[in-house]
Amino acid sequence: MIERLRASALLPFLAVILGLIVGALLILVAGKNPWVAYSAMVEGAFFGGNAFGRTLEKATPLIMGGLAVAVAFKAGLFNIGGQGQLLLGAAFAAWAGFTFDLPMIVHIPVALIVGGLVAALIGAIVGGLKAYRGTHEVITTIMLNFVLGNFTDWLASRDGPWNDPEGGALARTPLIADSAQIPRVGGLPTGFLVAVGLAVLCWWLIERSTFGFEIKTAGLNKNAATYAGIGVNKILILTMAISAFLAGVGGAIETQGVTNRFEPGFNTGLGFDGITIALLARTNPLAVVPAALLFGAMDAGSSLMQSQARIAPEIIAVIQAAILFFIAAPTVVQYITRARNVSSEDDGVRLSAGWGG
Amino acid sequence: MTTATATTSPTVKATISKYLPWAIALAVMFAILFAMSWDSRQTEAVGAATVRAAAPLLLGALCGLIGERSGIINIGIEGQILLSAYCGFMVSSLSADASLPTVISLILGVVGGVAASALVGFFMAWCAVSLKMDQIIAGTVVNIFALGFTSYAYVQGRTQPRYPNWTVPGLSELPFVGDVLFNHGPLTYLAFFCVVGVHIALFRTTWGLRTRAIGEHPGAADTVGVDVARMRYKNMIIAGAMAGLAGMLLIQSASAFSRNMSNGKGFIALAVMLFGRYRPLGVLGAALLLGFFTALQSQLQFNQAFDIPPQFFGMIPFLLTIAVLAVAGLAARPPAAAGSPYEKE
Repeated sequence: MIERLRASALLPFLAVILGLIVGALLILVAGKNPWVAYSAMVEGAFFGGNAFGRTLEKATPLIMGGLAVAVAFKAGLFNIGGQGQLLLGAAFAAWAGFTFDLPMIVHIPVALIVGGLVAALIGAIVGGLKAYRGTHEVITTIMLNFVLGNFTDWLASRDGPWNDPEGGALARTPLIADSAQIPRVGGLPTGFLVAVGLAVLCWWLIERSTFGFEIKTAGLNKNAATYAGIGVNKILILTMAISAFLAGVGGAIETQGVTNRFEPGFNTGLGFDGITIALLARTNPLAVVPAALLFGAMDAGSSLMQSQARIAPEIIAVIQAAILFFIAAPTVVQYITRARNVSSEDDGVRLSAGWGG
Repeated sequence: MTTATATTSPTVKATISKYLPWAIALAVMFAILFAMSWDSRQTEAVGAATVRAAAPLLLGALCGLIGERSGIINIGIEGQILLSAYCGFMVSSLSADASLPTVISLILGVVGGVAASALVGFFMAWCAVSLKMDQIIAGTVVNIFALGFTSYAYVQGRTQPRYPNWTVPGLSELPFVGDVLFNHGPLTYLAFFCVVGVHIALFRTTWGLRTRAIGEHPGAADTVGVDVARMRYKNMIIAGAMAGLAGMLLIQSASAFSRNMSNGKGFIALAVMLFGRYRPLGVLGAALLLGFFTALQSQLQFNQAFDIPPQFFGMIPFLLTIAVLAVAGLAARPPAAAGSPYEKE
């Protein structure tokens, strides 16, 4: 057991080290000190003030976006629309948050579920178009990113129905009710626990339930699935709805746990990061959590790195790209580090398999 | 062209389903153009804007098309466009600082941008062919890297010389067509030549036959002596050059780099490629249609023709694209070997 864990943790560990070395080289080229930069990053991510809380806060939407992409991949679907679905979830959770007046124990889940379900509806449409009209989900989800981005912008804009009357010219919704805000316990955001719970649930759904078996079968071979009596169209619609639901809840947690209102432009890019996280975790729902924690910590630490070492936070993305590359290229890692038995834990799912429709 | 992708003998139904979306799209375009033709200047403006908006999508989609026809799925087009825009801009800007003549610094910029993106194409081929890495991951690596690197390295305040407008002598005097087609920046013309070039190359030359072969059945191509690995490398570099031109088109119209200036165009190009069903002429139609919707959207917004919020105008191109695809109900069939590395037996 220990040996297996060591074997499966070796590659990610080496990949992170190599990624940080790539980043250090770039920092050196810019004439700065990588040691100063990285110690600031670690301090900003884990120590001092509310650092660790911020790491968890940053990791939460990454977990949700990662789960959304990972679950869709299992059915051979590529959901590039996490961004739009996340925005939709964030906006509708805000609406449920400032409209209803409910006790906290009801209000929090209601707002989360409203955000998730509206996104799921969009996902079901995408799945339905794929199942019955053959429209490629990559096209529809990309297009919907722009549609939903514009739509949520409008909702909160000055001409929109949900604009904050006290916000002046600002495009934002009113603050959500206290009863809809996800509380912090000792400075730590509990929304993170919701995300981890959903990760475990996804793992159970995919790996232990009959439905998950059907999803995976449909993802590996549609014809075989149909032959075995699995309703592939139903699977496509439901999986896409679940995937979008997860992204939507990710947005809802952002609204209810971090921003406490919906503000366009606040959540930019979070949806796309989900693709990276899912790939980093090799579409395993449980591995999504550590992958998101790693990237969340880097994001959280980047602001202290900027103020202490004067290094633009965008370098984080370069390091993350390098880490993803090394994880996917065990032969390169083996070549550079001379480590033995570096193997990727491959579950045999080829991510590009879903491309064919 | 038609026999190239059809696996079964073309039936009447298949023919209809192939041309139906284009018929619908053309009908819509003409209906709207007709309705606007009471003001010829507006119609011309929309026409010219269509061409301008379509050009980068066209080149981005060609990049994806050449790669996938050769058996490599490329979702890194967005990153290639952004990176080439940055590199091309920096080369132009620095060479203009070194007081080189404007023409030279513009040409150097284009060369620099195209080379940067071609290099990324080489990198992706290395990932897909030599490392046998998952191609979706390789593309994502490129996308994150490009956004991170260009934002990290970009310094505000730099400028570069403007691109000239080339009016084609004689042809630009033609009524309507002249302003729509023959009054653009040099790279815009190049984009449309590329489509025709790729179409001819893909379906009329040995290179094209081999490219399609290594995308559909690399084993068979290998048997008759085609070096699959080498060919995939070569094609990814050519494809990268196309995306590089797309990036330079963004610089041509903006005359400066800005953070994340590709703003999803590489992903839209991906959609255009699928919409065009992996055929250069199909891609041309899809890019023009999307470009037209985009141009129409900005003209309507400018006219304040309808009293609806600007965000709804912004949705128009994307909603219409989904609608056209859903009504047409066509599925693109990718090349059979796309996505899997070739293992020699």
